[in-house]
Amino acid sequence: MTQGSVITEDMKKAIGVESEPTIVVVEREPIRRAAAAMGDNNPLYYDEEYAKKLGYRSVIAPPGFQPTYSFTLKTAPMRADAGPRMPTGFTRFMNGGDEYEFFQPIQAGDVLSITRRLGDLYERDGRMGKMFFTVNETVFRNQKNEIVLIQRSTTIAY
Amino acid sequence: MAEQRFWEDIAVDSPVPPLMKNATPRQLVMWAGAYGDYYEIHYNENIAKANMLPGLIIHGTLKAAWLGQMLSDWVGEKGRIKKYSASYRSMDVPGDNITMTGKVTKKYVDGKDHVVEAEIWVQNGKGEKTTPGTAVIVFPAKS
Repeated sequence: MTQGSVITEDMKKAIGVESEPTIVVVEREPIRRAAAAMGDNNPLYYDEEYAKKLGYRSVIAPPGFQPTYSFTLKTAPMRADAGPRMPTGFTRFMNGGDEYEFFQPIQAGDVLSITRRLGDLYERDGRMGKMFFTVNETVFRNQKNEIVLIQRSTTIAY
Repeated sequence: MAEQRFWEDIAVDSPVPPLMKNATPRQLVMWAGAYGDYYEIHYNENIAKANMLPGLIIHGTLKAAWLGQMLSDWVGEKGRIKKYSASYRSMDVPGDNITMTGKVTKKYVDGKDHVVEAEIWVQNGKGEKTTPGTAVIVFPAKS
C-alpha cells in the first residue's frame, strides 16, 4: 500500500465546500413505513392526532431515519467542481458509521433543503495496512431555513 | 410508551434499558424500501456471498435507527436526543438475537439542559459489541 499520505492539497481544499441543495418533501407514508420496518410502534410515527397533542404539526420521523434518498422533489445537478477527486489507489470501501446531531424533530409536511459537504479526511494504519477515512456531512434545513439535523457519515477505504 | 424517567433518576454507570431485535429478511427489504438503500447485500443472498459475506447482513443504518429507538424509549416524550453515533465495526445478520444497550458515563447540567451521556452499542447473540457509539441526551428534571 501507499507510503506516506494519500491526502493531497486539492483534496484538503474541498473540505467544507457545500453542495447545491436537494429539496425533499417529508411525507407521512415513508415515516410510517420506516417505523414499521424497525418494528417501532411509537404512535408519534403513525398517529397525527397523537403527535398534535404533543405539540407537533404532524407525525415526526424516528431518529436515524432521514427521508432523503427516494423522495426528492428536486435533486441538485452535478457541478463540475462538485466534490474532490480521490485518486487514492484504494479499491475496497465500507460504511464506517453515522453520527446524528438533532436540532429539531423532522415533521411530515416539512420541506427540507439538504446539502452535502466534505467534513474531514484522515488516515490511520490498521491491520490491513493504511485506511483512509472520509467524513461526509449532510445538513438538513427546514422551510424556515433552520438546521434540523446534521448527519456525519464515515466511509473507510482500504 | 413506558413511564417518563427524570434526570434525577439516572445514575452514572447504570445500564441503558435494552432493546431486543431479531431481524427477518422481510424487515431488511422493508428498510431498504423506506430508507432508499437498495444495496443488494441486504436482500439478495447470492450477491452477498459474491461479496465474501456469509449471507445477508443488516443495514448499518437500521442498527443505528434501533439505537435511536432505544434512546427515544429511554428519554420518553419529555426528553430529547441531542446527538448519537454508531460505528459499523462488525456485521450483524438476520436471525440472530441482537441487543441494543449501553452504560451511562456522565451527567451534568448545561444551561437549561439536564444532560446524560452514555456509551451505547449493539451486541450480537454471542455478546460481542458489533456497533459501538456514544449518545448525548436530555432528560426532563423534577425540579
